[in-house]
Amino acid sequence: MTEYLLILVSTILVNNFVLVQFLGLCPFMGVSNKLETAIGMGAATTFVLTLASVCSYLLYTYLLVPFDLTYLKTISFIVVIAVVVGFTELAIRKTSPLLYRVLGIFLPLITTNCAVLGVALLNIKRENTFVESILYGFGAAVGFSLVMVLFAAMRERIAVADVPVPFQGSAIAMITAGLMALAFLGFTGLVSI
Amino acid sequence: MSSILIAVIVLAALALLFGALLGFAAVRFKVDGNPIVDQINDLLPQTQCGQCGYPGCKPYAEAIADGDKINKCPPGGESTIDALADLLGVEPEPLDAEHGAEKAVPTVAYIREDECIGCTKCIQACPVDAILGAAKQMHTVITDECTGCDLCVEPCPVDCIDMIPVATDRSNWYWEAPTAGVELIATDRRPATAGGHA
Repeated sequence: MTEYLLILVSTILVNNFVLVQFLGLCPFMGVSNKLETAIGMGAATTFVLTLASVCSYLLYTYLLVPFDLTYLKTISFIVVIAVVVGFTELAIRKTSPLLYRVLGIFLPLITTNCAVLGVALLNIKRENTFVESILYGFGAAVGFSLVMVLFAAMRERIAVADVPVPFQGSAIAMITAGLMALAFLGFTGLVSI
Repeated sequence: MSSILIAVIVLAALALLFGALLGFAAVRFKVDGNPIVDQINDLLPQTQCGQCGYPGCKPYAEAIADGDKINKCPPGGESTIDALADLLGVEPEPLDAEHGAEKAVPTVAYIREDECIGCTKCIQACPVDAILGAAKQMHTVITDECTGCDLCVEPCPVDCIDMIPVATDRSNWYWEAPTAGVELIATDRRPATAGGHA
């Protein structure tokens, strides 16, 4: 049980996907202008990452390993994740218009984002079990959402701040992201697995 | 069997399975767009003038489907309101004067080119991109594209835009529309012999 907790803490804080492993930077910079969209993106990412780690684990263990095709993992992961997300998007659209309005527009954006593929590949590399894979994906997504929300909230405040002209716009956002990454370095050594 | 063959077969099977799954999902979970919106949109005159307060006819159609008033369309006029009331089963109301008055004859914008100072304000106001010109260059109206919505008249700082009635020539002359038992929208209603057609 502690092991599972450690995985969560590790992925959310210590090995944060965005700020420590530098995965999923495009949505991190692109969709963080407004807190509202950042929350939507975080929710959609949580959904996709958890789903992606489940189906990539199943595909790897029950199809690629028995046929000795592990060298095809990257391409088959991309396919399986894209299909599962596409399928879920269609299903959500039909069954729950409300959920679709919250997640809908973000789902195709992150289908095979590098963070999503990164989770699937890291699961294999770390030889996670099924439950560990799910937690790893979920934790990575929660960490991503946390950073997205924090960053978006900061950018909203920076938008009204008196920023010197050379630093306005993306420049100050990059600096903020760098400082956040430095801050997250402080979690190193909190847990180690 | 060589390993490459196995790889090809496995991936092909996987792709086939996923393709079938997505194909099935696309049919099974097909979302019908709200059909009433399309029906309302068909009745609107498609001038995209924005006088109703929405950025075009389709958005207004969606707003009507969501319960907005049906009397905000000056280009469509009374006949559009009647048709909408008929479709939606509500009482027809008089045209809301706040959004403008219905025109008797179709008009088209005309820029008095000597007076144009090239400020581009009318270009930005035009909802259908029917005004041609550049900054500090004379502007002119592409008459075929102009829907006669009046939106360019207001922004012009030197008042050099006139709305002139469309002259009848071979390109816009039509046989007289049938009168008995057919309801036409305002843009299709024409004075005695001819008139403009969008």
